Amino acid sequence: MKLKVNGSEYEIDADPDTPLLYVLRNDLALNGAKFGCGLGQCGACTVMVDGKAIFSCLTPMLVVEGKEITTVEGLGSIDNPGPLQRAFIEEQAAQCGYCIAGMIMRAQALLQKNPDASDAEVRAALEPNLCRCGTHMRILRAVRRAADLMRTAAHGSERRAP
Amino acid sequence: MTSALVTRRSVLAGTGALVVSFSSISRALTQTLDTGQREKPPLPGSLKENPFLDSWIRIEADGRITIFTGKAELGQGIKTALLQVAAEQLDVPLASLKLITADTSQTANEGFTAGSHSMQDSGTAILHAAAQARAILVVEAAKRLGVTEETLKTKSGAVIAADGRKLGYGELVSENFLHLEAQPQSPLKDPASFTVMGKSTPRVDIPAKVTGGAAYVQDMRLPGMVHARVVRPPSYSASLTNVDTAGAEKLPGVIKILRDGNFLAVVAEREFQAIKAMRALSAAAQWAQKPSLPKQSELPATVMALPSQDTAIIDRRQEGIVAAKKLEATCTRPYQAHGSIGPSCAVAVWNEESMTIWTHTQGVYPDRQAIAQMLRLPPEKVRCIHVEGSGCYGHNGADDAAADAALIARSLPGRPVRVQWMREQEHAWEPFGPAMVTKVSAALDEAGDIADWDYAVWSNTHSTRPGGAGSLLAAQHMAEPFALPAPKPIPQPEGGGDRNAIPLYHLPSARVMHHFLPAMPVRVSALRSLGAYMNVFSIESFMDELAEAAGRDPVEFRLKHLDDVRARDVVMLASERFGWDSFQRRLGRGCGFAFARYKNLAAYCAIAAEVEVERETGRARLVRAVAAVDSGQTVNPDGVINQVEGAILQSASWTLYESVGFDDTRITSIDWSTYPILRFDAVPASVDVHIIDRPGQPFLGTGETGQGPAAAAIANAVANATGKRFRDLPLTRQRIKNVIGV
Amino acid sequence: MTAFRTLAAIIGLCLVTAIGFVAIAWRSPIAPVPPPNTASFDRELLRRGAQLAAAGDCNACHTAPGGRAFAGGRALPTPFGTIYSTNITPDPDTGIGQWPEEAFRRALAEGVDREGRQLYPAFPYDHFTLLTQEDVSALYAFFMTREMVTATAPENEISFPLNVRMLLAGWKLFFFRQGPYQPDAAQSAEWNRGAYLSEGLAHCGACHTPRNRLGAEKASERYGGGEIEGWNAYALNEASPAPVPWDTESLRLYLKNGWHDAHGVARGPMAAVVDNLATTPDADIKAIATYVASIAGPVSAERQQAAEALVAAARNPAGKSASGTETSGEHIFHATCAGCHESERPLPFGGVNLILSTGPSGPNPHNILNVVLWGLPPADGARSPIMPGFAASLSDQQIAALLSYVRARFSDKPAWPDLEKKVREARNAGRPDTVYPAHGIDPAEAMLNRGEGP
Repeated sequence: MKLKVNGSEYEIDADPDTPLLYVLRNDLALNGAKFGCGLGQCGACTVMVDGKAIFSCLTPMLVVEGKEITTVEGLGSIDNPGPLQRAFIEEQAAQCGYCIAGMIMRAQALLQKNPDASDAEVRAALEPNLCRCGTHMRILRAVRRAADLMRTAAHGSERRAP
Repeated sequence: MTSALVTRRSVLAGTGALVVSFSSISRALTQTLDTGQREKPPLPGSLKENPFLDSWIRIEADGRITIFTGKAELGQGIKTALLQVAAEQLDVPLASLKLITADTSQTANEGFTAGSHSMQDSGTAILHAAAQARAILVVEAAKRLGVTEETLKTKSGAVIAADGRKLGYGELVSENFLHLEAQPQSPLKDPASFTVMGKSTPRVDIPAKVTGGAAYVQDMRLPGMVHARVVRPPSYSASLTNVDTAGAEKLPGVIKILRDGNFLAVVAEREFQAIKAMRALSAAAQWAQKPSLPKQSELPATVMALPSQDTAIIDRRQEGIVAAKKLEATCTRPYQAHGSIGPSCAVAVWNEESMTIWTHTQGVYPDRQAIAQMLRLPPEKVRCIHVEGSGCYGHNGADDAAADAALIARSLPGRPVRVQWMREQEHAWEPFGPAMVTKVSAALDEAGDIADWDYAVWSNTHSTRPGGAGSLLAAQHMAEPFALPAPKPIPQPEGGGDRNAIPLYHLPSARVMHHFLPAMPVRVSALRSLGAYMNVFSIESFMDELAEAAGRDPVEFRLKHLDDVRARDVVMLASERFGWDSFQRRLGRGCGFAFARYKNLAAYCAIAAEVEVERETGRARLVRAVAAVDSGQTVNPDGVINQVEGAILQSASWTLYESVGFDDTRITSIDWSTYPILRFDAVPASVDVHIIDRPGQPFLGTGETGQGPAAAAIANAVANATGKRFRDLPLTRQRIKNVIGV
Repeated sequence: MTAFRTLAAIIGLCLVTAIGFVAIAWRSPIAPVPPPNTASFDRELLRRGAQLAAAGDCNACHTAPGGRAFAGGRALPTPFGTIYSTNITPDPDTGIGQWPEEAFRRALAEGVDREGRQLYPAFPYDHFTLLTQEDVSALYAFFMTREMVTATAPENEISFPLNVRMLLAGWKLFFFRQGPYQPDAAQSAEWNRGAYLSEGLAHCGACHTPRNRLGAEKASERYGGGEIEGWNAYALNEASPAPVPWDTESLRLYLKNGWHDAHGVARGPMAAVVDNLATTPDADIKAIATYVASIAGPVSAERQQAAEALVAAARNPAGKSASGTETSGEHIFHATCAGCHESERPLPFGGVNLILSTGPSGPNPHNILNVVLWGLPPADGARSPIMPGFAASLSDQQIAALLSYVRARFSDKPAWPDLEKKVREARNAGRPDTVYPAHGIDPAEAMLNRGEGP
């Protein structure tokens, strides 16, 4: 089966009912999506499929064939972090950090669809994702900061356009 | 410890060349001592148990510097704070330092990373070791350059002479350069000159965590690694009567099924194959179970009826107190879970008769000792290496997962085995924070001051951490099981169930009883702040009741009973920043205040909270919190703020929602549906943490200081908003609605 | 649109008899009074009022999602446009603070507000009219002592001529019979109590009885199954699609606890109903259960036998199918649903075995579709079943494949037609807010409510 992950295509040899989470983590060695509950109750496994945030622990590989899968690794790297990653670093929005990649992916899906999401909309969007360390205030700040970074970047490119 | 040092020295062999004469070092280090006459004072922090400087710092001939700590990164930011301390005292850029954390082959034995001890123990050790190392480097440089030490400066990893001559630290070291015992006092830098300590420093671990770097033990992928899952018994009392493994064995990818008594596990090539096989095995397993758990609805009575060992931890009650008013209260706390978002995980490999385990344990040495005992191996045949896991708030499943991995790995020599627990295993099998009951009665005199105080706490132990194989689930479940060691109370001044049971307030007559309950119907152990959460909740709720009875403002009432200046400072700062005096109470909105000094010897913390209570549903929500904290010398202010913010939100979740459910046989809280915690819709509008920095003062552990004050501030705010007092945790919407009525 | 035209025709007729009509339709305002002193109400009256308001599910319509209790503003989609619920807090300017009890009584009994305006039957006065004077007084006391909230509901989105409220008097001529409840002497006191509550305050028929083109409940098909907010309110009469037939005892447990082990948990708008019923006295719940069970009548021995076989099959772990088979629907079921719906996790927090669930056997796939798309959201800080929604991860075609498989495997009914189109419609309707979190389901908390807890 062929999967498109972070812009590259991969041939995956696994049972079609294998949850995407295990394919990403073990076959593609991507660490971002985490196992949290396997029940869709905590959001640690959140990745983006065709721009929407999904629980990769409950998504069999077969239903995402041909779709664009994005993990936190697809948003940037440690040397060149994307806006959300930069914002999370700048706000120091992590304690243990285990939930953070899931938070970032859900926020990415929200901001892609709604760049001007209000605070209430950010909270509502993040509702499926749990954080146990109590980093919530920083996570909210980081998402707001990322929205600003994205807007600034968008304005910048508009200005550069002829 | 000895074995660790032996290993350390063998690692060090072959570096550098020059040996500095002991006398010159000794002179450098004793300069700050007044005389050599008196008996040496004890060494600071963990230097007490690990006095050699090279247990903490190693400098290579090429200038590379490695810092060693026996403590572990739990998400509390300890790596960054320790590096800041080392960078500051050594005068080197933080980014140039390498840090090795808890590893039985490389680092000192610092016991557990727990109890907000890391800065006090390891931070203090590194502070002094670094300062002493720097002094030794200066002595050596002075000798080489033929100048006096006073004329030398250190900067960016080099010693610089007044004439501009410069010697890099690497150029100055020799074999066993720092293999010296530390001195009790160190030439510490003047806090006024700090450039790294006391400055908010971005955490070194965060960039990898937000970009998908390999940050956790869960992310380890070793060559040839296989995946295992354990089939845990359905309840504490269950024993495996029969299991037909044939079905699971035939499933694709299955390599091995392991049964040892009640320990049942499956190993497969791929992770999801292991999960499927675990499900098949679980369906095939037959267990005998019997009801062994108390009635949840009668939990407080059950707790108080357990046989107890009673100790008066203070007993200075005066006779003949004339009381103008007498008040009493009983508070209860249910079992509460750590509930890490990522279930416990470990990787182990059995190679050439020795076991290596990568684990997110809080104590690599105690875990090694326990696992070695379980495997009937000498401890030196087992190496435990700490790798971060998901959030750690005390004794969770980490040690057990490490034992699972080790037990399974031994049956597959040469193949690294990765075990991760399933969500329901983590929830049902982690050791919970114990259920507790407290009773307090007090008298007020005519002036409205506290004249008498009588307090009692009933609790199980707050530590069943490895101190032997019997603490490990796998060892308990083996055919030849190890028994759980008899629980012991943690002695004062830190205490376990009685942690913070003694108020810091001025009390002319007081008694505090600790009723230690050895029998544990439910698996329990350390949960962030141990008994302090419940004791501070109880004491600080009661302080509000007393203030009301005395007709005083709660903040003013506390200040009236506080002599400690630093305690008064945090109380006044939190109250001022919250706007306590001008707070307008509205229908359904209230404010509450609470204070404690963690363990009465670590960080001071005062919290003011604003709470909203929905009358129709009883739903209470923390709207706003303002905290003031004094952690002594602050190393990473943003790190302190992050910890205290987290403590407030986590404590809000415990306080408003959390209780472990069980029926007569099984734990029924097995996921987030049956153990609900704080979600974003209930997250406060704002949480502000203000630090009172005390430059040059000892580090005061901060990671747990917020748990108790946050709980009490919330409960006091709920009382303020509703006019009703809630003494049973958690303060659920149903409980509040039942009391406030229509 | 047909409904619209028919209604317009009737309205035309009404206009012909305009003079007589206006005489009927015009209702005089009742003079405002200063808000009553909240301390003036008897505590016991208040307590009963609270229970009655809960049994009436008043908050479900009169509270906007995330809004203040009873402050109104919730959008109620109807075939004639969107109606916004009103503020029924005692706020004098935007709520009902200046309503004397007589005005409150008239609104419930006659569907006319204090100013004399006709009310849309989205407010189910066709049921509330059955209430006794004492119950109305208790409700009045309850609402007059709520927290005042200043909030004005948005304007209703109903176009001409239906926005002329006076015309509702014509609707009432056809479809409204004023109460109070008349007991049936042939039935027991318990049955009559149940009928009074179910037909009146609890207004079960408002959802469970299908409506005609004019939005009135069809008298000929009482409890034959209706629709609400995109959900199927299943038939409660002999047409009930429940695989295991309901009886008094199962209804009692379901209404009291929000779930039943042979049926699953309440979801959709019914989740809010059972949340509220948690405070209803046990005797009243039993009475409602008795009455509702009587609507379907006795269960045939054959149906009973089939039901017992289903319950036995659900308990047998060998009944689970193996994974790795033919259709994509089956693959999806195994990877996404089986983890909960075929696990050992017990109800109410584990997933129901779908052979017991009414969803796969329903006359249409609305309910199971809503649940698959939007899930069951977590209750705020209370134990509750959580199910993730799959709107984001599964396509229309994949959900259709999944539901075809579920229908074929877990019910004996014929395949649902046009599934993919129905998935698309449900998705486009976009009503994730209609999957209410279930707050009343925590057994421990239920114990606390009965005073049995710590």
